[in-house]
Amino acid sequence: MQETNSGGAAALVPHGPLSVSDRLAKKALRHFKERLIELLLLGAAFVSVLTTVGIIWVLVSESVNFFGTVSIWSFLTDTMWTPLFAEPRYGILPLLAGTLTTSAVALIVAIPLGTTIAIYLSEFARPTVRELVKPFLELLGGIPTIVYGYFALMVVIPMLQLLMPELSGFNMLGAGIVMGIAIIPYVSSLAEDAMRAVPMSMREGSYAMGATRLQTAFRVVFPAALSGILSAYILGISRAVGETMIVAVAAGMQPNFTVNPLEPAQTISAYIVQVALGDLPHGSIGYQSIFAAGLSLMLMTLALNLVGHVVRRRYREAY
Amino acid sequence: MVSVATMRMSEQTAADTQVQPDAAAGAARSLNSPETTARIGSGVPVKASVENFSFYYGDFKALKSISMPVHEKRVTALIGPSGCGKSTLLRTFNRMHDLYPGNRYEGTIRLHPDNTNLLDPAVDPIEVRMRIGMVFQKPNPFPKSIYENVAYGLRIRGERNRSAIDDQVREALRGAALWSEVEHRLHDPATALSGGQQQRLCIARCLATQPEVLLFDEPTSALDPIATASIEELIHELRDKVTILIVTHNMQQAARVSDYTAYMYLGELMEFGETNQIFVNPTRKETEDYITGRFG
Ligand SMILES: Nc1ncnc2c1ncn2[C@@H]1O[C@H](COP(=O)(O)OP(=O)(O)OP(=O)(O)O)[C@@H](O)[C@H]1O
Ligand SMILES: [Mg+2]
Repeated sequence: MQETNSGGAAALVPHGPLSVSDRLAKKALRHFKERLIELLLLGAAFVSVLTTVGIIWVLVSESVNFFGTVSIWSFLTDTMWTPLFAEPRYGILPLLAGTLTTSAVALIVAIPLGTTIAIYLSEFARPTVRELVKPFLELLGGIPTIVYGYFALMVVIPMLQLLMPELSGFNMLGAGIVMGIAIIPYVSSLAEDAMRAVPMSMREGSYAMGATRLQTAFRVVFPAALSGILSAYILGISRAVGETMIVAVAAGMQPNFTVNPLEPAQTISAYIVQVALGDLPHGSIGYQSIFAAGLSLMLMTLALNLVGHVVRRRYREAY
Repeated sequence: MVSVATMRMSEQTAADTQVQPDAAAGAARSLNSPETTARIGSGVPVKASVENFSFYYGDFKALKSISMPVHEKRVTALIGPSGCGKSTLLRTFNRMHDLYPGNRYEGTIRLHPDNTNLLDPAVDPIEVRMRIGMVFQKPNPFPKSIYENVAYGLRIRGERNRSAIDDQVREALRGAALWSEVEHRLHDPATALSGGQQQRLCIARCLATQPEVLLFDEPTSALDPIATASIEELIHELRDKVTILIVTHNMQQAARVSDYTAYMYLGELMEFGETNQIFVNPTRKETEDYITGRFG
């Protein structure tokens, strides 16, 4: 079977020598199969590249139209975002402030809690406890964000209003807190993986010095896993910046140039949802503004990914 | 493998119960009656004494009723074929086995002069580890600077005085023959050091807290000959200050660095004695076979 095929296979391999021995022909066949599989894998990888390129192309080309009308300078510096007004103004700053404020609140919740959970699960929890807690965390990560949004609106914000009676029904604080809860599983599971990857020999070295579990966890395991933990944080930040439904539901929909979490505001992602839901006519300059907003969001995420890459290299530990 | 094991064990039982001239002598040694200790010790004080010590990994009995002395400010080598329980015995001295569930100790290891039984459940393993340092097979510096690695033990003991820490770090690095090499880069990451330097750093880390006993588990098996020679020289120097237990697979190394040698086989202590005697004139044939490389 292979003997008869080998000639043809050899002919198919472009770089193969013209006259090959039988042994080489078999090798060439295997080589050909491997090439084929490699090509398929490359194709699969290419789908994701193509999608990314496509998205960037749409964002950039539509944004070019938008920036034909609105100058980049006013887009970046104007403090008003009023696409529905008779005299519309397109300054990204209010949306940016909303995005950054809700993200900051979310991270103030998610990073300490996520880190604590990760340290507990990796260094302190007995296996039985860990097996019990992890499914709950996964469940938390699997809840649709729209559910979180209404949880913020119906439960968390009313509870905050008990503490602060004058707090408005929509605000960045409530939305941010719930967003933080939604992000915890991402932060904790990545940070836990990073800490569990620290070799046991490192912990043994610390214990052998007479260290306690707490000392070992904080002085040896945590720094050793720092690069992975920072990656977890950066993933958390990316999640927060791009998060849409929670803020769309609970933070209010008014572009509001403020960093006070007690006030309502709109984020970039929430604005995109609002327009996509159909408040602005298709093809209008207001409609095109979502692409400019989307481009800004994408550039922010890209910047975060780059920072993550640098951080991973900078703090990578060779065990 | 299994048949060899059963054979050895039945022979051992026979040696213990019947009178077989040369095997009985070995059994007497391995059981290490007080007189034997006295004879071998020839006046050297005993730092720790292992008495009828057995160890279990779950249901697996990895060490069987080991008794032997560890002489103060001497080097004791543990030798024997792979899997015979050398590391298990060594790691008992600083209660490393406490870190994993299902492990069980039986018998006692007394640390002198205070006669503390290291294995007593009432004794805090952290107390034990504060007195007994350990250097591992693979260098395992912490992801910190050279300085912070050496200061680690002091810091976890609550030392805050900067100049005291500075002094002790310097002393420890000198003691580990590393000072001149790292003097100018104390704040570089420890991982930037070579393997041999890392291992000496791990030794310095232990020395900084002035342990009474130092445990070495094949400390040179990951190092090249030159780094090995420097560690061996170091062990030789440390011998005046601290009691040392070392596991090694290298017979020449055992002969070079140790004063006493324990030969273990399948979880049992086959023979214990002064290194000279064990290497030149072993009592048991198995020991001789192992040392001369005919087995293992
Ligand atoms: N964590 C463990 N759980 C169960 N059995 C173990 C464990 N660690 C070691 N053992 C077993 O205990 C016995 C002794 O192991 P130990 O590591 O002490 O041998 P060793 O003499 O140090 O060998 P080596 O020279 O290869 O390091 C072996 O049979 C080994 O398989
Ligand atoms: Mg070992």
